[in-house]
Amino acid sequence: MAILVIAEHDHGTLKVATRNTVAAAQKIGGEIHVLVAGHNADGAARAAAQIAGVAKVLDAGAPQLGELLAENVAALVVALAKGYTHILAPATSNGKDVAPRIAALLDVQQISEIIAVESPDTFVRPIYAGNALATVKSRDAIKVITVRTTGFDAVASTGGNASIEKIEAPADSGLSSFVSREVSKSERPELTSAKIVVSGGRGMGSGENFKILEPLADKLNAAMGASRAAVDAGFVPNDWQVGQTGKIVAPDLYVAIGISGAIQHLAGMKDSRVIVAINKDEEAPIFQVADYGIVGDLFKLVPELVEELKK
Amino acid sequence: MKVLVSVKRVIDYNVKVRVKSDGTGVETANVKMSMNPFDEIALEEAVRLKEAGIATEIIAVSCGLQACQETLRTALAIGADRAILVESGEELQPLAVAKILKAICQKETPQLVILGKQAIDDDSNQTGQMLAALLGWSQATFASKIVMDKGKAVVTREVDGGLETISIKLPAIVTTDLRLNEPRYVTLPNIMKAKKKPLETLKPDALGVDVAPRLQTIRVVEPPKRKAGVKVPDAKALVDKLRNEAKVI
Ligand SMILES: Cc1cc2nc3c(=O)[nH]c(=O)nc-3n(C[C@H](O)[C@H](O)[C@H](O)COP(=O)(O)OP(=O)(O)OC[C@H]3O[C@@H](n4cnc5c(N)ncnc54)[C@H](O)[C@@H]3O)c2cc1C
Ligand SMILES: Nc1ncnc2c1ncn2[C@@H]1O[C@H](COP(=O)(O)O)[C@@H](O)[C@H]1O
Repeated sequence: MAILVIAEHDHGTLKVATRNTVAAAQKIGGEIHVLVAGHNADGAARAAAQIAGVAKVLDAGAPQLGELLAENVAALVVALAKGYTHILAPATSNGKDVAPRIAALLDVQQISEIIAVESPDTFVRPIYAGNALATVKSRDAIKVITVRTTGFDAVASTGGNASIEKIEAPADSGLSSFVSREVSKSERPELTSAKIVVSGGRGMGSGENFKILEPLADKLNAAMGASRAAVDAGFVPNDWQVGQTGKIVAPDLYVAIGISGAIQHLAGMKDSRVIVAINKDEEAPIFQVADYGIVGDLFKLVPELVEELKK
Repeated sequence: MKVLVSVKRVIDYNVKVRVKSDGTGVETANVKMSMNPFDEIALEEAVRLKEAGIATEIIAVSCGLQACQETLRTALAIGADRAILVESGEELQPLAVAKILKAICQKETPQLVILGKQAIDDDSNQTGQMLAALLGWSQATFASKIVMDKGKAVVTREVDGGLETISIKLPAIVTTDLRLNEPRYVTLPNIMKAKKKPLETLKPDALGVDVAPRLQTIRVVEPPKRKAGVKVPDAKALVDKLRNEAKVI
């Protein structure tokens, strides 16, 4: 049995999500190969070869893979598929974009966002915004799976010594082309892998007001997140959204500020180890999941909190 | 240009979903059902394309029980020109829905198919990508902006790092994200008009599609509940708890 893990990377470096996905592959059991599809991604391939438990790295470097267009990446993976019992991708925007395309080309019903492995064909996944957990068994010959990274602790980034095999990629599909990218720049830790997350909601009132969260995030070395309402209102960029239809996070500490705690938001953060809520409404549902809550005005409490942290 | 939009009937997003005590699924009896919110966004985008003179006809498709007719009537009230129900009592998994939609696309030859990025019941996020694969068409998932441009669609996508814009050749599949548009409300006159619009019913068999589920649900359970914690009076007390009790900072 061999398992193919599709790496998450930005060509030069490998993202942690890859190692969470390798962890899921280890739970399934079998020889683990990591595919690095990209252009000039040898750096990521070398990092993948170091990951504990990886037997082989397939390094498919080609210009037509440079922007990870789903049509091209899927064609590459489908050409490799027959050697594998399982194909795993992290449930990142890249993984979610390409995995179903691969599954359909293989005539396989994908299993989305697994959080646990019961056996090589049986997996647990949240449904209904995490209000229910379904255990599902696949009858397909090849299992195509996306892995919710918060469900699996990342394996070590070192300790492995896999061989790196260069492979050819199929020609460009000609169906789609890259135009541009607007990357939100930040010196902070990445939202999905940060140990501490500070999130703001509609209660922040404006994008300008989000600035008061910055000293707090600085002090805690936290990533910053937001509710859908804050993103919809244009306070902060879309990639800050935490929730059912945004990012799923499970940091050691999640601080929800001016967020009411709608089911769709909770779906993205309720597996955090410790949750803190600051809200002026003592009835806000966020307090039902918060370990520590303060009822009060965030504009007064956040600066006070920063002062206390300095002590 | 014909535009096809798929609309799924799901438990309304405001409903507190309950797991059935026998562990077979969630309670759906006497529960408010609505159109999947991402599909409302898909339909709104199609209607705007028609208002802009780009789309000529909008076809709404739903797969499932006869009750999906209600969802389709809503789609017609929002602005679809006609509707197709593919009726089946089976649990329709994304691959099966994609196969049904493929068969319909082959009949109707739309230039653009708009789907939601995710159904809020199964949270699969698969059907659009699968349909694109089965048809061999281009795809743009998680769209927050669509600009039609001579045989192409230029689509801005919400991705993990921010926004990405790609150009896809038509015919194409687009799946919607939350920020694509704000769907309109249906008006009473439009609900009345929708009653007279055509709604056709088909069966998967007639389309030559095998919809048998590939994933077997073994059990459905409630997730572990988080206990509510404590309220603390002020910032000082909070920092003390985080440092000395939770030990997270
Ligand atoms: C299909 C769909 C998908 C969705 N996906 C997501 C998702 O992924 N993520 C997500 O977050 N939401 C999602 N939502 C939206 C969700 O239902 C809620 O609307 C949203 O989470 C509310 O955001 P909020 O808590 O910031 O705003 P509100 O619910 O308006 O809450 C604002 C809170 O701020 C508090 N407040 C205001 N002023 C102050 C002050 N000065 N000091 C202290 N507290 C203050 C208020 O008491 C209130 O509790 C989705 C909805 C749908 C339909
Ligand atoms: N039974 C269905 N009927 C109509 N459309 C569907 C159905 N299932 C899924 N879809 C479409 O596919 C999208 C993604 O669903 P999913 O892949 O299940 O998350 C939805 O937003 C719908 O547009």
